[in-house]
Amino acid sequence: MTASFDAGRRHFLAVSLTGTGALLLAPVLRAAPLPNVPAELLGEDFTGLGPFLRIERDNRIVIGAPACEVGQGVFTDLPMIIAEELDLDWSQVRVLQLPYGGGDGANPYGRQGADAADAAARTFLRHAGANARWLLLQAAAREWNLPAESLRTQAGEVIASDGRKLSYGALARSAASITLPAAPPALKSTAAYTIIGKPIATADAREIVTGACRYGIDHYGAGALLAVIARCPLPGGSLLRMDDSKARKVSGVVDVIELPHSTDAPAVAGIAVLARHSWAALQGRALLEIQWQPAADTSESSSALIAAAHAALDGKDGGIPVRSDGEPLRIRKQPARHRIESRYELPFLAHAVMEPPNALIEINQDGARLVAAVQDPDGASQWIARLTGLRRQNIRIELPRGGGSFGRRLDNDYVAEAVVVAKAAGKPVKLMWTRSDDLQHDRYRPLGVHALAASLDRHNRISAWSHRCAATPVDARTPNAGLLEATAFPAGFVAHLQQSFHPLSTHLPLAAGAWLDAFRTFAIESFIDELAVVSRQDAVKLRLTMLEDAKAPATVNGVECTRLAHVLRRCAARIDWRTPRTDGRGLGIACHAGGGGSFAHAFEVAVEGGQLRIHRAVCVADIGTVINPRNAQEQIAGATLDGLAATLQQAITLKDGRIQQRGLQDYPLLRLGLSPRSTEIEIIDSTDDAVDPAFASASAGPALANAVYAATTVRVRKLPLLPELMRLL
Amino acid sequence: MPKDTRNPAAAPPAGGSGAAPAPHLPAALPISVNGKPYFHEGDPAMPLLWFLRDSLRLTGSKYGCDNGQCGACNVLLDGKAVRACSLPMSAAANHAVTTIEGIGATNLHPVQQAWIEADAIQCGYCQSGQIIAAIDLLKRKPRPAEDDIAAIGNVCRCGSQPQIRRAIARAAELLQGGKK
Ligand code: FES
Ligand code: FES
Repeated sequence: MTASFDAGRRHFLAVSLTGTGALLLAPVLRAAPLPNVPAELLGEDFTGLGPFLRIERDNRIVIGAPACEVGQGVFTDLPMIIAEELDLDWSQVRVLQLPYGGGDGANPYGRQGADAADAAARTFLRHAGANARWLLLQAAAREWNLPAESLRTQAGEVIASDGRKLSYGALARSAASITLPAAPPALKSTAAYTIIGKPIATADAREIVTGACRYGIDHYGAGALLAVIARCPLPGGSLLRMDDSKARKVSGVVDVIELPHSTDAPAVAGIAVLARHSWAALQGRALLEIQWQPAADTSESSSALIAAAHAALDGKDGGIPVRSDGEPLRIRKQPARHRIESRYELPFLAHAVMEPPNALIEINQDGARLVAAVQDPDGASQWIARLTGLRRQNIRIELPRGGGSFGRRLDNDYVAEAVVVAKAAGKPVKLMWTRSDDLQHDRYRPLGVHALAASLDRHNRISAWSHRCAATPVDARTPNAGLLEATAFPAGFVAHLQQSFHPLSTHLPLAAGAWLDAFRTFAIESFIDELAVVSRQDAVKLRLTMLEDAKAPATVNGVECTRLAHVLRRCAARIDWRTPRTDGRGLGIACHAGGGGSFAHAFEVAVEGGQLRIHRAVCVADIGTVINPRNAQEQIAGATLDGLAATLQQAITLKDGRIQQRGLQDYPLLRLGLSPRSTEIEIIDSTDDAVDPAFASASAGPALANAVYAATTVRVRKLPLLPELMRLL
Repeated sequence: MPKDTRNPAAAPPAGGSGAAPAPHLPAALPISVNGKPYFHEGDPAMPLLWFLRDSLRLTGSKYGCDNGQCGACNVLLDGKAVRACSLPMSAAANHAVTTIEGIGATNLHPVQQAWIEADAIQCGYCQSGQIIAAIDLLKRKPRPAEDDIAAIGNVCRCGSQPQIRRAIARAAELLQGGKK
């Protein structure tokens, strides 16, 4: 249910933010300039710097959703927080997407790039609800001439101790004339929650299943030209020459523009084709004849990078030391019962959001309007200001629903490109990326090889551990950041532990994010499984022995031992770990602590008729306080299947300096057939800080590979798993 | 038959060196979309998806790839699911197309209802195509087996497959209940 209100309706309540950060509810003059407030929240009487709320006389309530919805559930979950503190009945609520509220000053909507796990954003929204509730209570107290302390609120009404009731709708007007106290009204205790913690369905579900919901790509803009860009396929390359005569002859093509090469913009070298509709733009682009000037080296390839990684790991140079506990070389010197070494190869990955990037931009002398799903609207606003010279307060950004992000929409490269094209064209522009643009011009997850070695003592405990990683750094200044840091498991759990890093160089732009956890965890959790197999011990028990060692402190390098042990035990119980499987089925398990959360995955798989079948998937997650358990379940399931899909099928490969993947035939996204027949998610009850559920993806991949080993005795150490498994079987 | 006046594909080329007199225009192609008649006057090779989206502004059918790989663009052509991105207007002409907007326009279709009940939505971008695929499947196989479900070629990047599986099962129930 999204709101569709007559903007002329008069009576509503506006909560706004003062310069000191306090929220305030106040009538403001009718003619005040309000570039960033949607008409549906305004009405005619009142305005504010940033209203989240509109309360109608008939007690219908509109709540503004501040962050861009890309599938993480914020469109539903963030308004739930306001509704909770305001004591509403969720069925009264309609949700409306707010535009970006920032500009030169403070943003009345708070941090709009925030996800639902952002503690500061949650607190901000709680105060927005609590303040409005306080004002409504005061208004009722005046009306009845009773002390406000004697009143309570429930389901959109103020209730007196004698049972009299007034709806918020009836009180909104007078509440708007009351001033908030200097000290913010108290927040609810979590025990009193009636909305937070209840499973609530996606607020705009109906719009989505009927095709009415408009994503970024569904916005056309009056008179905007459709633009696609031919970008240099060689990372870092530039344009040598081009002939656009054929492209210009395509019916519907309006212009072809060579983009000014700028080191300022995050955009790459390219040629924009502008047309009246998508097909003409695509046809025109296909007919461009272009010669690109490569950057220095065009020989770069994934296979050479992997070979270089192995060479570095084989060489004498010890690489960048990351951590050294106990005695070095212990693994080789110490007489040990078992001593093994394994290497794991991981390819580049792309975000491959379902809705490829796009942006609609209108620029004129006085201002600009951007319509795009962006998760860093602050950054987008800064780019537009920088590229146009406009003041940020005159830049309006609307945030339509976006088809996925996984971190992709934190980058504003497509916004900057759209601005550059629109400026050059002197017209409004809707820039569209095709699927091949998306696969070829992303920022990628790093490629690398992990070399792990360990020994076990005669009690079958891991006595020494060595982790060496050769990979392409995201940031050359801190090469091992995210890839192999000194906190990487099992640092702190093993007395003799060495970690080192060898940076490899690539022209490809790379990105950090939760997927770096998966990059590392695949190797670590596969290797622990290998140790369990070699030493013939139970893979769950081996992990629990480390986590539950009485001498270990409660938290070791960010791993909360009790929480991680708990999710692991629950996961093992749910998949019925102790019951041996027959019929060629195998079980695999893995766990991971990341982003403040604890996760465990287990899979039951078999190879049947030459095909991998995933019969069951279980994930147990401790992600702190959950606003909406229904969404949390979906997010954890989504992260699980993300980890699974990436592990099974996905790789971006470089050859002769180019990315080879051009479409989904080369970079498969998950189909129903390969998805688990049953997926069970268990979320641990918790009042701890909320955690981004994306971190759940990391343990899915190794749990799956471990299950594949159990089912087939084939240990896959090179991703993507599926082609490698078929080769080895 | 009313003519689609918003059809930008019918607009003459403007500007640039392409201002030469247009070669003879292809004949207008008639097509029925959600029960309404339209003509397409532009390139007969233009995929149906762009006619629906750019010309008719029926944006419920989504763009996800260029070659039939994802299913986000699924529509019903004479009742059968097809990939609108891979069907040129010359082939779609003279057929009846139903897009997601034409399904359950007044009352939700049981499959849409099931999708809401199962909350088979994350980013939601793939879901109109998934719903069309499920409508087509359940028409052919009212009680689909695992292999039938596995044969659905649609992808979902968000990993909503567990909910989609539940939604298909629920939709099968709703459709059967409706027939009783
Ligand atoms: S857009 Fe048609 S199958 Fe992907
Ligand atoms: S719900 Fe996002 S791609 Fe399916």
